[in-house]
Amino acid sequence: MSDKVTLTIDGIEVTVPKGTVVVDAAKTIGNDIPVFCYHPKMTPVGMCRMCLVEIGLPMIDRNTGQAMLNDDGSVKLNFGKALQTGCTVVVSEGMVVRTNTTLVQDAREDIVEFILTSHPLDCPICDKGGECPLQNLTMAYGRDHSRMVFEDKLRLDKHVPLGELIVLDRERCIQCARCTRFQAEIVDDPVIHFHQRGRHLQIVTFTEPGFDSYWSGNTTDICPVGALTTTDFRFKARPWELTPVAGICAQCPVGCNTTMSTRREAASGGRNVIKRIMPRQNEEVNEIWICDKGRFVYHHADAPDRLTQPLVRRDGELQPATWEEALDVVAGKLQLYHDSVAGLAGGRLSNEDYFIFQRLLRQGLGSGNIDLAEKRLAGGDVVAQVGLSRGSNLKNLGSGDAVLVVAADLHEEAPVWWLRVKQAAERGAAVVVLNARPTRLDKFARHTKHYEPGGALAAVRELLAFAQVDTGNSDPAALATSLMEANNLVIFYGAEGLTYEETSSLARMLANLLLLKQGGGDGAAAHAGRVNNGLIPVWKHANTQGAWDMGIHPAYGPGYAPVAEPGLDASAIFEAAADGQLRALYVAGADPIGDGLMDDRGNLALLVVQELFLTETAAAADVVLPAQSWAEREGTFTNGERRVQRYYPAIPPVGDARPDWQILAQLGERVGLSKPPFAAALAFKELAAAVPQYKEMDYRSLSRVEEQWPLIGRSDLYYGGTAYDNRWGLGRQWPAAAETGPVDSYELPAEVRSAPATPFGALNIMHIPALYTPGTLINRTELLKERMARPTLFLHEADATVLMVNDGEAVDLHLGSEAIPVEAVVSRDTPAGLGLLRGVSGAQLHGVFPATVTVRQADERVVV
Amino acid sequence: MAYVLLRHRDIPDLHKLDVYRAHGGYEGLKKALSMTPAEVIDLVKASNLRGRGGAGFPTGLKWSFIPKGAPETYVLINTDESETGTFKDRELMEGNPHQVIEGALIAAYAVNSHLVFNYIRGEYMDASYAFEEALRECRAAGIIGHNILGSDFSVEFYTHYGAGAYICGEETALIESLAGNLGQPWSKPPFPAIEGLYRKPTVVNNTETLANVPGILVNGPDWFKQMGTDDSPGMKIVCVSGHVEKPGNYEVPLGTTYRELIEVAGGMKDGKKFKAILPSGGSGPIIVEDALDAACSYDGLTAFRSVMGSASVIVMDETTDMVWAALKMIHFFRHESCGKCTPCREGTFWMERVLHRIYEGHGTEADIKLLESVADNMTGKCLCALGEFATSPVLSSIRHFLPEYKAKVAAGANGRAAQRTPAMATAD
Repeated sequence: MSDKVTLTIDGIEVTVPKGTVVVDAAKTIGNDIPVFCYHPKMTPVGMCRMCLVEIGLPMIDRNTGQAMLNDDGSVKLNFGKALQTGCTVVVSEGMVVRTNTTLVQDAREDIVEFILTSHPLDCPICDKGGECPLQNLTMAYGRDHSRMVFEDKLRLDKHVPLGELIVLDRERCIQCARCTRFQAEIVDDPVIHFHQRGRHLQIVTFTEPGFDSYWSGNTTDICPVGALTTTDFRFKARPWELTPVAGICAQCPVGCNTTMSTRREAASGGRNVIKRIMPRQNEEVNEIWICDKGRFVYHHADAPDRLTQPLVRRDGELQPATWEEALDVVAGKLQLYHDSVAGLAGGRLSNEDYFIFQRLLRQGLGSGNIDLAEKRLAGGDVVAQVGLSRGSNLKNLGSGDAVLVVAADLHEEAPVWWLRVKQAAERGAAVVVLNARPTRLDKFARHTKHYEPGGALAAVRELLAFAQVDTGNSDPAALATSLMEANNLVIFYGAEGLTYEETSSLARMLANLLLLKQGGGDGAAAHAGRVNNGLIPVWKHANTQGAWDMGIHPAYGPGYAPVAEPGLDASAIFEAAADGQLRALYVAGADPIGDGLMDDRGNLALLVVQELFLTETAAAADVVLPAQSWAEREGTFTNGERRVQRYYPAIPPVGDARPDWQILAQLGERVGLSKPPFAAALAFKELAAAVPQYKEMDYRSLSRVEEQWPLIGRSDLYYGGTAYDNRWGLGRQWPAAAETGPVDSYELPAEVRSAPATPFGALNIMHIPALYTPGTLINRTELLKERMARPTLFLHEADATVLMVNDGEAVDLHLGSEAIPVEAVVSRDTPAGLGLLRGVSGAQLHGVFPATVTVRQADERVVV
Repeated sequence: MAYVLLRHRDIPDLHKLDVYRAHGGYEGLKKALSMTPAEVIDLVKASNLRGRGGAGFPTGLKWSFIPKGAPETYVLINTDESETGTFKDRELMEGNPHQVIEGALIAAYAVNSHLVFNYIRGEYMDASYAFEEALRECRAAGIIGHNILGSDFSVEFYTHYGAGAYICGEETALIESLAGNLGQPWSKPPFPAIEGLYRKPTVVNNTETLANVPGILVNGPDWFKQMGTDDSPGMKIVCVSGHVEKPGNYEVPLGTTYRELIEVAGGMKDGKKFKAILPSGGSGPIIVEDALDAACSYDGLTAFRSVMGSASVIVMDETTDMVWAALKMIHFFRHESCGKCTPCREGTFWMERVLHRIYEGHGTEADIKLLESVADNMTGKCLCALGEFATSPVLSSIRHFLPEYKAKVAAGANGRAAQRTPAMATAD
């Protein structure tokens, strides 16, 4: 049987996939059946009744099974007794839909009238006014006057905070349940729901803090009226004043596409400022969702403490200088120390920045000492071989497919990936989670294995062994079989409880799993290299992938070209800086001192820092160069799926700040390299010429768009929620080696390092991520202050008893000479013998490490 | 004639298991267990037993919709009796609970279900004591539990108490409420027979419907069809209330006329003149004098644009203010609207406001037209039947008693001319 169905809508024949609802079928031919409660990403409920249409079905003769015919030979149709909701009725062969009859028009008018009887019509002060489905549908279908006596209207609370992020206006709410259904059905955070009934129906939250979900902002996008607004945007601007600018979220490796709404305003001295961030549709990356961190963390761009001019240390003080002075100082000194220079970069710079950074060091100064400052997760080189193949879409994973997640907590580290893996599980994919502790993905996993602390490698090694030799009926054998037999296999891996070196081994083992031939026969193919298969690293930062690609690595140049003589890596650089072996250090977009990776500037003769803020490292520097934030400039990020995506300048530069690539190129010119490119696009061109994987890309191809389904943000009255159509680009993935040719398996290290033996009186500690962990950027979004993960040590009941620690008690965690003040929380989800440390930046907290825990005396207590 | 449903009125202590068994109790279940489930369904189909909750859907047909071989199915007893003026299931549960249990067990056997849930109206405490006691007796006697009556058929019963929502008598809302969700109906399909409680095939039957089943098993479909009319066979408990001398439950054959019903209930109270009947509580159109000789049956009131519903006959005499009565009804529906779909949530609210204005003497003739128009706009657009129910007492009272509405408007106009209505209190 065909998987297509043909029906007729207002005389136009349309063929759509089976299972499509009438509203969507109509949309494919540009017929916008009006809706309020229907949302293309959610199960239809047919509540608002706005989509009522006439639906006729061919009458079938029960005896013959043939369609009954009218006298004129046309098929007899049964239109039933009443209008039907186009959002709940699934199309069937021969169906006839009428959407433009008087009956339907009257129904639409009636429903709009009903909704408006208790709507306050306060459009002039409503944040949704201008991009409001109710406003549009009222203009399109409503009456020109109200028959409801004004005094009869229900007065309800207009400022009901659902927590400190989202505010509910009860008068505007039309009870469509999009928000409650989104929270329950899409993100499994059913923390808001209806209370009461009838006209008293109202949205309530029942968590502390209110609306406790990483996804709450999305409900304001899909709210078809101005009932839900973010406290961030509420009463801040009118939608028609806003100019949309495309961005890429810089908060995690997912690379969510965003729209930054900007406005020039007097309150900001006539400057363009970002008023809000909304998701931008990219069905292969984030669909139409973003997490609240991505939505709210942008205030650092306009923070008052941004660096606005170069600073040069004179007489022991950092003092303002011109760019010319500062660049001359830096270029001169770098050349002076060129035989002893190193460069460290953060994980949030653009590909252009990284490329020019490594060129300055390697070609300009002849130094191979280049690395990422914070090294948590290895394996970029492995990803280049067996990463997720081009054309893959997590949305296509379902029954028969498998997703393996190792040592990562996707919900905290990369929320949208968590969402997409969860949805793959709901479509029938076998999700397998390996971790030392429970995570939120466990609920959706078909198999969950909690290994001993530090046992990640052993667990994967076992899995690999059973995958190679199909023996036995043990759990790991079954697990391995389920992975090997999966049509498609996607593997996520992270660094939880692992050292950097261990993550490198982990990546290699997982690559081998992907490279194993399925079924073992000669003709059998491996998962690696096929669409919807491959390895995805859960990087800590938005563009760690790009840093690897561009050669921010002591052993790899751009495009993973091996370096003849590897330079110093980050830890060697820190050591050399401390003991005076290294003379000059250039830090771009990182804060190694603040992160605890370096104690101080050591014996460096020159420390140059390129930054947004005067971080601890910047404060210790000789020269501080103000860089532009991602909101002020152009660039590209490469996400964990190796999708290269463009972002665009939304606001003018703060002070004299310059883009990182430009600063680095201007330094390059001063040390004898070519002239700086005039634009980011040209910088990318230089990069594409040098990095083979990027050779087919340029800014034009990255900004290409194709029609996406569902159609969002057009003249369709925003039925999908976000107000803007994506016209700025979908990005492009670069090919992993396995896609284009054979790839050899990795040779694995023979021994697996196990967890260190715990000294008497100590506890093994593992650092775990939290989405809202304090940091340089997030700290500048006041709004999230109350949601920030507080420094916490989660303990198993038995460990708490042994350590004589009570739930909620303030304790100190002693690591060497350092004491970290934390709150102890006794939690059922914590494995015995392992303390889980959360809410501290954790850049230096690798692997599983022993620490002692002491209760802080009353007089020492500090508020954490 | 002996009672078929309200048998406890003939037999003292029928709520006790031994008494019930001594009078033929659980013989129907034994009979069913000796047959195949398909045969049981065919038998009930042959009897043409129709749902007693109001919709009148053939019970056997409903059972036959449950997919054969479904691994998990449920039977739900709907004792969320909340229709205005309906109190039949309460008496059944209090006086003759075993007959309901037996009917449910037969239903469970017919659709291969091992779990029966009884959704009982929360206010029915006395009824639930009797029912729970009957369940205890059944468990002790091996009628509920593993291998009932020595067969290989096992069933467990659970009771659940509603929290006071009329809408939870609607089968899909009942299922949602039972599952712990907000008591709101869903848009069918899916029908409960395919996807019901916990998304498994589910039969929802009215309490009185199930009480009819044991007799059909024991005495056969022909016995059943001797009672009532061709289209509406069987006995029916009719709840007569309002202005009659002896309000109460009366078990009569379907097809009894409304005039006879008033007579059975002792005639009009204090000999006053008859004015109107709400034949199915609040959820059906009002009927007047001309329909008194119509049959109380599933189709008997069709010609009079009304329905029997659950047969809660509220009789009103000449002293009744019909605008007041309509206001009472719309107040009830506004209060009970679940709020899920727009026309019902907003329409009932709006209609109550307008009707209140008219009743208080602040209305105009245009308000009467508006009332009709709002009701018309709700018609055919609501998600479940409640919205439509809500319009019927108002529309029918305007149809039959327009002069009373006009009199209210005129009285108001003479008195407090053109005053705007004070905002109505919304406390409830």
